[in-house]
Amino acid sequence: MTAASKQHASTKESNYLTAGYGVRSWLLTVDHKRIALLYLISLTTFFSVGGLFAVLIRLELLTPQGDLFQSETYNKLFTMHGIFMVFFFLVPSIPAVLGNFFLPLMIGARDVAFPKLNLLSWYVYAAGGLVTLFAMFAGGVDTGWTFYAPYSSTYANSHVILAALGIFITGFSSILTGVNFIATTHRMRAPGLTWMRLPLFVWANYATSLIMVLGTPVIAVTILLVAIERLLHVGIFDPALGGDPILFQHLFWFYSHPAVYIMILPGMGVMSEIVACFTRKRIFGYKIVAMSSLAIAILGFLVWGHHMFVSGQSMYAGFVFSLLSMLVAVPSAIKVFNWTATMYRGSITFATPMLYALGFIGLFTIGGLTGIFLAAMALDIHVHDTYFVVAHFHYVMVGGMVMAYLGGLHFYWPKMFGRMYHEGLAKVAAVMIFIGFNLTFFPQFLLGYLGMPRRYHVYDEDFQVLNVLSTAGASVLGLGFALPICYLIFSLKFGKKVGDNPWDAAGLEWTISSPPYEHNFHEIPEVTEEAYDYGKREAARV
Amino acid sequence: MFEDFTLFPEAASTVAGGIDRLYFFLIGMTTFAVAGILSALILFSIRYRRRPDRAAQQIDGSVPLEIIWSAIPLALWVFIFGWSAKLYLEIHTTPSEGMTYFVTGKQWMWKIQHPTGQREINTMHVPRGEVVILKLVSEDVIHDFFVPAFRIKQDVLPGTQYTTIWFEATKVGTYDLFCAEYCGTKHSEMIGSVVVMDPADYQAWLDGQPAGQDPVDAGRVLFENLRCVTCHDAGSGQRGPDLSGRFGRPTSLSDGRTVLFDESYVRESILEPKRRLSAGYQPLMPTYTGQVTDTQINQLIAYVKSLANSDVAPKGGDADGGNGQ
Ligand SMILES: [Cu+2]
Ligand SMILES: [Cu+2]
Repeated sequence: MTAASKQHASTKESNYLTAGYGVRSWLLTVDHKRIALLYLISLTTFFSVGGLFAVLIRLELLTPQGDLFQSETYNKLFTMHGIFMVFFFLVPSIPAVLGNFFLPLMIGARDVAFPKLNLLSWYVYAAGGLVTLFAMFAGGVDTGWTFYAPYSSTYANSHVILAALGIFITGFSSILTGVNFIATTHRMRAPGLTWMRLPLFVWANYATSLIMVLGTPVIAVTILLVAIERLLHVGIFDPALGGDPILFQHLFWFYSHPAVYIMILPGMGVMSEIVACFTRKRIFGYKIVAMSSLAIAILGFLVWGHHMFVSGQSMYAGFVFSLLSMLVAVPSAIKVFNWTATMYRGSITFATPMLYALGFIGLFTIGGLTGIFLAAMALDIHVHDTYFVVAHFHYVMVGGMVMAYLGGLHFYWPKMFGRMYHEGLAKVAAVMIFIGFNLTFFPQFLLGYLGMPRRYHVYDEDFQVLNVLSTAGASVLGLGFALPICYLIFSLKFGKKVGDNPWDAAGLEWTISSPPYEHNFHEIPEVTEEAYDYGKREAARV
Repeated sequence: MFEDFTLFPEAASTVAGGIDRLYFFLIGMTTFAVAGILSALILFSIRYRRRPDRAAQQIDGSVPLEIIWSAIPLALWVFIFGWSAKLYLEIHTTPSEGMTYFVTGKQWMWKIQHPTGQREINTMHVPRGEVVILKLVSEDVIHDFFVPAFRIKQDVLPGTQYTTIWFEATKVGTYDLFCAEYCGTKHSEMIGSVVVMDPADYQAWLDGQPAGQDPVDAGRVLFENLRCVTCHDAGSGQRGPDLSGRFGRPTSLSDGRTVLFDESYVRESILEPKRRLSAGYQPLMPTYTGQVTDTQINQLIAYVKSLANSDVAPKGGDADGGNGQ
């Protein structure tokens, strides 16, 4: 990038971390980078809470009998695990942390379009999180994260309203972030940075933001309707009151299927950045990869009925949803092929972020293809609501999204804090996570086809061997996740200091200091080249 | 824990084989694709690892390649769609002849009523080689009737509508029945078994049961006791439709639509008579919600159904198959 050399200033200059001290300077900050760190801390907290629940679930499932918890408790554990992981970790994760931090840097802006709105979105998120935490301490909720009516609206005796209120509130933070990113991408790009020069991470977050803005209001309305039925006994979903339980499922999945893409698209964006940097190449088929993000965002709204093949939905609706679900898999496949092709004739190195990227490609491929099993209606009859589904979405959400999140965190860590983590430990953790993950979730595919239903506290003895394997895997996975939390925190003080561009990566974010100055760019850079301009760097190296 | 260890479920219904074939095809596809991607990743990782003397070659992309690797998966997946849709249509289309069982789910048990009136809880005896049609309904929340060995699963909804599922068992044995839709505290204990017997054994088993009241007779008695007869009798005619010869055939509604006069429609008419009114009649009938049990509704349905059989009118099936929506 041409403006790179001009950005160097005296090293004494304060960066965004040293620009202010004290709690006030953090809680009232409008700096997108500081807000990203606020999110990083809160998201890590919720991830840990959700992870703790997962550990308890896996411990209980070590034996077929319900010997560790009561059924009520077990049901609350998997519900709270789902709620925290989906709404308070996976949905915000990459946009709120890496998106907030790097979207403005990547497009050469000094902040997002609406910095105060950005801070507000964190407060809204935190408020929603606190309400849901309060619901947890008050006794928890046992409806499953899917809140199916009429169980949630009439029969459940747990804190449904309170937990739902937390999710309702948090939804607004998604909407605010989405609006902010859309406006930022449209209005704040540096001169010369045309749409077709944008890094793919920006494209992915842009597509994600569209879904957030269009989809989230629907889940808000759905939650509101459950609350109205529960509190005022107006018949909406409960047939005993004259309602329709299938209506709930339509509304819920109209948001929650696109939400799957809210959770995975930003991860795909991170993937493109990492793969380009560590192969020293422009992403193969840049335009196709960018457009496939938009295609996913649009098609993703048309497939929700694939969650309802055995619900009593019309058979003809089922045909349409099944066919469209097959179509939406194509843009995802295109991305996988293009990342793989990017490695062809590259100059590949294998630092930690690249290990996560390779893991992502493998696991996401399995996660995506097992989605075809579920989109095939006849087969879905058998595996619907079994562990096959559990395994499938964990391959996409953990094998895909969490891998990408960790890869991105390791990739951008030196830029965010100016210090490098311990590479050896990081590689050990990456390998542990990969092995632990597969050991945890692969047996669950087999369990599902054998017929073990999900959300079962006690289960048939035939299923025990595979459950023991899964729990063994979960313990490796848990340790793998604990490791980065330790060495990353450790690196903040003791990590080796790095320069502005430790990976020799292309992109405006790597032209400024590490950690970045408070206002990112002294001069707004002018962009004259395509994204991923690694050719010159390679020519200089050889 | 190892003695019962298995990686593949038993297959004991006529549709299981077809679903397993699709499953193995998809496993083949997945294995092939994952192996392909993995080999490429490993090959490229070794072949194109960084070397001091070789620069990465910048490649923009390739339109022919993009077309190939979009078109091949697309074609394959549309093929899989066609295959699975055909199979789904088969599974979803209920045969017109069969033994109709009524199954009621409630937190947390399954109540089963045989065609001949015998009742069971959580266990369901069926003869091998016969089409068994289940009319499913819930008394409270959504449940789901799942028999892995038969590869069938159907949500069980509360309200006026039955969902329908059918199977034909091919092997004598005892098979797990699970509730697959999360339904509250003891969801995982809402389990039971389906016992498949040779037809003769099944008959012997039936004979050994306390003789259930014949559902048609019981329904006839109810029809009189609940005074249904005053409006729906063949003679009176004016206040409510005559019910003979109606079951299994389309019937027109007062709003101009047509509905299949089936189990769900009878159940709905008893519980919510004003929702879908027969053409030509006033909304005079009161609701019987709370006055009749599910068992009694089943008996009334059996009686109304018998009116169709006693009539010379051609007997219709549950033509739309599926779920009675
Ligand atoms: Cu979906
Ligand atoms: Cu149930």
